[in-house]
Amino acid sequence: MSCLPDWQAMLLSKHSLVVLLEKNSLITALFMVGAILWVSSFLSRKLTRGRIHASAIAIFMGLALAYLGGMMTGGEKGLADVPLLAGIGLLGGSMFRDLAIVATAFGVRLQEFIATGLSGIIALTLGIFVSFLIGGLVAYAFGYRDAESITTIGAGAATYIVGPVTGTALNASSEVIALSVAAGLVKSILVMILTPFVASRIGLDNPRSALIFGGLMGTTSGVAAGLAATDERLVPYGAMTATFYTGLGCLLGPSLIFMIVKLFT
Amino acid sequence: MVIYGTALLAFCMLVGLVIGQLLGITLGVGKNVGGVGIAMLLLIVLSDWLRRRDRLPVPTQQGVLFWSSIYIPIVVAMAASQNVVKAASGGWLALVAGVATVLACLALVPVLSRIGSNAADPTDSPPGDKP
Repeated sequence: MSCLPDWQAMLLSKHSLVVLLEKNSLITALFMVGAILWVSSFLSRKLTRGRIHASAIAIFMGLALAYLGGMMTGGEKGLADVPLLAGIGLLGGSMFRDLAIVATAFGVRLQEFIATGLSGIIALTLGIFVSFLIGGLVAYAFGYRDAESITTIGAGAATYIVGPVTGTALNASSEVIALSVAAGLVKSILVMILTPFVASRIGLDNPRSALIFGGLMGTTSGVAAGLAATDERLVPYGAMTATFYTGLGCLLGPSLIFMIVKLFT
Repeated sequence: MVIYGTALLAFCMLVGLVIGQLLGITLGVGKNVGGVGIAMLLLIVLSDWLRRRDRLPVPTQQGVLFWSSIYIPIVVAMAASQNVVKAASGGWLALVAGVATVLACLALVPVLSRIGSNAADPTDSPPGDKP
């Protein structure tokens, strides 16, 4: 007999701490993300003397944790598939992400958008065509010869949403659709990681180039995270054009671009 | 009141999403076309209008600014909920397609920035010219 509480039973029972944290999953997520940012700003200061932005490290840690979560659970939402951390999925889902993106536009001058509007439109169009072209060429190099598969993989190189939307419209095989999603995910993750490192080389330091960057890249999550890790003030400009990209890609992919691909196959 | 700012933000986002959805339906795409971008423009226009009429006190601004300052944590949560395993398991094709596209588009950023600065001329770099 002991007067000590039975810790094991407390942790595993229905009213245990784990259940408590699961029930308050959004709060758990807020704490978790705060902890990630605290660790990453510590690493940024101590290990890189501030050369690598704390948010870049935090985003990279997020991706690494997403990989771990995916391996542990076999799910599709990274760390958010761990029941205890389901709130990460809500906090990082499109609802809150889009609200925060819209909020970044607060205080931006309208003239700045109008002045760069034309280059934004050019960047969008060029970005969609270049992605389809390169994705399509890679598909061809890997032995795909039918217009449906080439267009679908090209669409995946645009974004991981354009891929399956185009593939479904064109009746592409599920294997090809899965490849297009994977290509889009690779693109989005690469944009998150690479952007802060190449920013100065490609002149990504002003609203104009951020607007062009968003239009060319198109992946909202990649652009949102890449610019956050580079310079937070550039976020609204890049996000603005990027949010038009997926819709336009879904419009052009199964129609105009498929017809162009058809001419060459 | 702080909630006025957050409500303004929510209003802009909802209106933007509705317009984006209608645009998507009109264009025959099953997706929202630029809803978030439209919401951003709406927020810029509305907040500018309110500011000029002196209807945007500090508490109201804080209701919006909180959400833009929580942006990076949200993006970190977004990164942590990506399907990284799937991206890594797509094999060489997915990897090559992703890497090549990102590098090409990154290389185009300075090209387009230069073009636009002296009267935009899209014919300078047709998409077909890029390797």
